[in-house]
Amino acid sequence: MLRYILRRIFLMIFVVLGVSFVVFFVINLAPGDVLSKIAPEDATLEEVEALRVELGLDRPIMFRYLDYMKGFVKGDLGKSYITGDDVFKTYMAKLPATLKLAFASIFVSILISIPLGIMAAKNRGSWKDNVSMVAALLGLSMPNFWLGLLLILLFSLKLGWFPTGGAIGFKSLILPAITVGTGLAALLTRTVRSSMLEVIRQDYLRTARAKGVKEKIVINKHAFKNALIPTITIAGTQLTRVLGGAVITETIFAWPGVGRLILDAVYSRDVTMITGCIILKSITISIILLIVDLLYAAVDPRIRAQFAKGGK
Amino acid sequence: MDNHRSKHKSIRTEKETSRQHRNELWYRFKKNKGAMLGLFIIVFLVLVALSADFLLDYKTDVIGQNLKERLQSPSLTHLFGTDELGRDLFFRVIYGARFSISIGVISVSIGLITGTFFGAIAGYFGGYIEEVIMRITDIMSAIPSILLAIAIVTALGASTLNLMIAVGVASIPEFVRITRASVLMVRNQEFIEAARALGVKEWKIIISHVLPNALAPIIVQTTLTTGSSIISASGLSFLGLGVPAPAPEWGSLLSAGRKFIRGYAYLTLFPGMAIMFTVLAFNLMGDGLRDVLDPKLKQ
Repeated sequence: MLRYILRRIFLMIFVVLGVSFVVFFVINLAPGDVLSKIAPEDATLEEVEALRVELGLDRPIMFRYLDYMKGFVKGDLGKSYITGDDVFKTYMAKLPATLKLAFASIFVSILISIPLGIMAAKNRGSWKDNVSMVAALLGLSMPNFWLGLLLILLFSLKLGWFPTGGAIGFKSLILPAITVGTGLAALLTRTVRSSMLEVIRQDYLRTARAKGVKEKIVINKHAFKNALIPTITIAGTQLTRVLGGAVITETIFAWPGVGRLILDAVYSRDVTMITGCIILKSITISIILLIVDLLYAAVDPRIRAQFAKGGK
Repeated sequence: MDNHRSKHKSIRTEKETSRQHRNELWYRFKKNKGAMLGLFIIVFLVLVALSADFLLDYKTDVIGQNLKERLQSPSLTHLFGTDELGRDLFFRVIYGARFSISIGVISVSIGLITGTFFGAIAGYFGGYIEEVIMRITDIMSAIPSILLAIAIVTALGASTLNLMIAVGVASIPEFVRITRASVLMVRNQEFIEAARALGVKEWKIIISHVLPNALAPIIVQTTLTTGSSIISASGLSFLGLGVPAPAPEWGSLLSAGRKFIRGYAYLTLFPGMAIMFTVLAFNLMGDGLRDVLDPKLKQ
């Protein structure tokens, strides 16, 4: 197990280096010049050039990257060209809001998908199954930024139940969480259904039924527990998807998370902030994936045994 | 002579078998109601997109302003109502199909061609080549696709072409993985070994023998990714990082309608429905194709 963890950490370092390289080069090779955003409007050409030298932007990109990485190792990702804020500190200040939204969305997704998936599997081929699957397909096809707008329209503007945006109190979390969670629930419902169907066919369930165990217990205790493992895996990978993809939802609901921070940086061409935030977000996702994998091993004895044998 | 005749016969039998196989697949696809509905919607949308230029005059009907008729609710004169500049929303949504579908298709083609190329090389040759390609894929996958697309659009600037490149590049890792996995299953089969033994060149083996037999999951992925690419592209346009105004791309229409959501909800309702039904069509077809081409993948 330890060998596996060390191997994963080593791979993560390699991926982080690669991500930093890709993101730094893609963004810094941009044709648009950040100086046009930060230099005063009436600055002369000489003043702009002086600013370029001051910020080190006149040096070859490879040297700039190496300097960036020297700072990166020490936890220094530079300062925003626009606001002067420290990139790392700003990211860490916004991260809790994004994590809160991510976990709330996963919760909503589980709340919808598990009962729906079990119902579909139990009644395979019936109208209940068809309705669940059509709902899942619709959820998968609906752009979440549109769903977010519809939810604002109905629950905030018409009914006045929830605020249209911001992050004040529990109520403000509900609509963004439903927006992101519904899309996730679509995929998770399919996973719950298919893994339940696989388990339902197993002999031990027939034995349980033959022994006279009540159907409710057969499904909830014997079948669902074993169908849970693929469900946990998908929910784990979805967490990383939410962390990466909640940019638009955060914008619609004025949610003060990392996604909105990145987008504001994009609009103002704040190159250091964009680069730093995308790299940090990728690291956050890699760390969460590692934790999910380890939890997965902790839950399933078969996987633990596999680690103990092969170290992989 | 006999040898020539038997060779000719075997080719004919091979062709017949392949035609029979195609017919059988088509029969199974036709039986899948969802898939047929998806196909029907896609054909309809493609026809709409192709004929939009003949049906509408872009300058007057689509982007021409008519302030006297601004913000009119849906009616028989304006089926989807009009926007804040008096432009007919129905015409704009119809014309928007051109943008959204072409962006979806072209961006997927970028992902498909690049991803299949590298995935096939990685899967077929293995060793160091595979290791390098797959580690680069790991790095690309570690960056959330929407953020990768945002980074690319930031670098290249907001335009329709750059949007296609951004969304296409973000979909490459998925195609690399699927192609590699599919090629791995085929590469050690006997008919590939036979081709190698006959001295057929490697690139010809990949193109003529490996890829056609590894195609099923790639086709399914292409259909499903087209739907998700349309969502990604309209999402980026919604954020102002895609197709610039006044072009009626569906995401841009939604973004413009959002400002008037309080009194004129129809401005966000119709473009959103257009995106949803288009993506639904691709998902339905993708699901159907998966059931037909690769029943093992059906879950």
